[in-house]
Amino acid sequence: MATGRDDFVIAIRSAFLKKKDKQKFSLLTLIFISIFVIVLSNFNFKAIQFVKLVINEVIYRSSHIISIPENNLKEITSKIKSHMDLYESYQKELIKVENSEQLRLQNEFLITENKKLRDLLDESINSEEIFARVLIDKDSPYLKSIVLNKGTKDKVKIGMAVIDEVYLVGQIIEVNFSNSRALLLSDLNSKIPSVLEPDDIQAVVSGTGGNFGTIEHTQIDYKDAFKNKEIIAYTSGLGGLFKPGIPIGRIDNSSEGQINFFSDFTQLDYVKIVSYKFGGEK
Amino acid sequence: MSSLNKSPFLRIFLSYLPIIMLFFSVFNEFDFNYLKLDYFAFNFVHLLIFFWTLRNPDQLGYLAIFFAGIINDVVIGIPIGISSFCYLILCSVTAYIRNITLSPNFIKDWISLLFTILLINSIQVIILDLVFLIKVDYTNYLINSGFTFLFYPIFFLFFNFLNERISYQTNDQI
Repeated sequence: MATGRDDFVIAIRSAFLKKKDKQKFSLLTLIFISIFVIVLSNFNFKAIQFVKLVINEVIYRSSHIISIPENNLKEITSKIKSHMDLYESYQKELIKVENSEQLRLQNEFLITENKKLRDLLDESINSEEIFARVLIDKDSPYLKSIVLNKGTKDKVKIGMAVIDEVYLVGQIIEVNFSNSRALLLSDLNSKIPSVLEPDDIQAVVSGTGGNFGTIEHTQIDYKDAFKNKEIIAYTSGLGGLFKPGIPIGRIDNSSEGQINFFSDFTQLDYVKIVSYKFGGEK
Repeated sequence: MSSLNKSPFLRIFLSYLPIIMLFFSVFNEFDFNYLKLDYFAFNFVHLLIFFWTLRNPDQLGYLAIFFAGIINDVVIGIPIGISSFCYLILCSVTAYIRNITLSPNFIKDWISLLFTILLINSIQVIILDLVFLIKVDYTNYLINSGFTFLFYPIFFLFFNFLNERISYQTNDQI
């Protein structure tokens, strides 16, 4: 028995402490270093933040360069696919174009009316837009996020909205000098205050880790009202980060209570990083 | 053919191939860990580290594995150091198995891999969920662990073939 225990101890000691010819560090040293790094990354000291910024800058850029051949391949595949689907998409667009003129006139009237009403309330919303390119969109089972090529030097700040055309995509969660990371709406940790129209129900749109979102913090009675109706989720503006009325996604009969996001997060190339100023904010 | 086998470029390339594969898979946007398919994903990096640190640790240094972990954390956006820690735990298990094994056995290695990936994924979930309060999907982790275990024989054949080529080149040089 004692011999068996000795063998075990010898094997463990050998595994952790022994350095082979080509191993410059023992496993134990590196394990301690990695624990030290995990603990350090929890602190917000200036020196640690600076080191993190440098590491992020170098690795994001390197990852972008290494992924260039793969991204080119993706682009070619996407072009071929869109070429093959040309006729089908043309038919769909034709129906949209027929209705667009009526919608445009209606929209212009509503915008003017909305502006007048906001003036009466002495309420104004101004926005600043920064256009950014997606550097890395490496999805992972842990975090659904994208890395953008704009950072503190372009006045990007944590909490700013990330928008694809007119649809909300996510929000900025980490900012480096020349790049930043945005958390996508599909991430488990994403929670966006929203309003469900046409019933005007306040809710929170939460990510699921998949390609769709869910509605949280509503009563069960409301969910019954969703049946046989098309519900659109917009940002409610509560929390003061986003302006009200940015489209998020749609719930229809086929989606079984799940929100299908308007934007396809796998096809993001360029996005807008937007900050909003409300009322008399400077 | 013999001149190709004796090519110094091929010898150097083959000897660095495990490291190249490791860094390429952590840097690149394409990831077997997330294939955008429902209920299918496996961790290629875990398989790579497990095989090479078990069968031919001279080809994959612990320092390189440590740095690969740091890069992986930055690219996927989780707190720095977690992947390095998990990869090094994997290395510890393989080093222990190597020390207690006289003659390598594929089945024993395979079963050890299952316990090891369950251990390291549990550690990762505990650190992310309980320490950093980052929500994670447990089902994804379980599916990932299952497929990583199931895919080991396929990658074992590939890596073993590569390992034999590397050994052949090294012995040929001597």
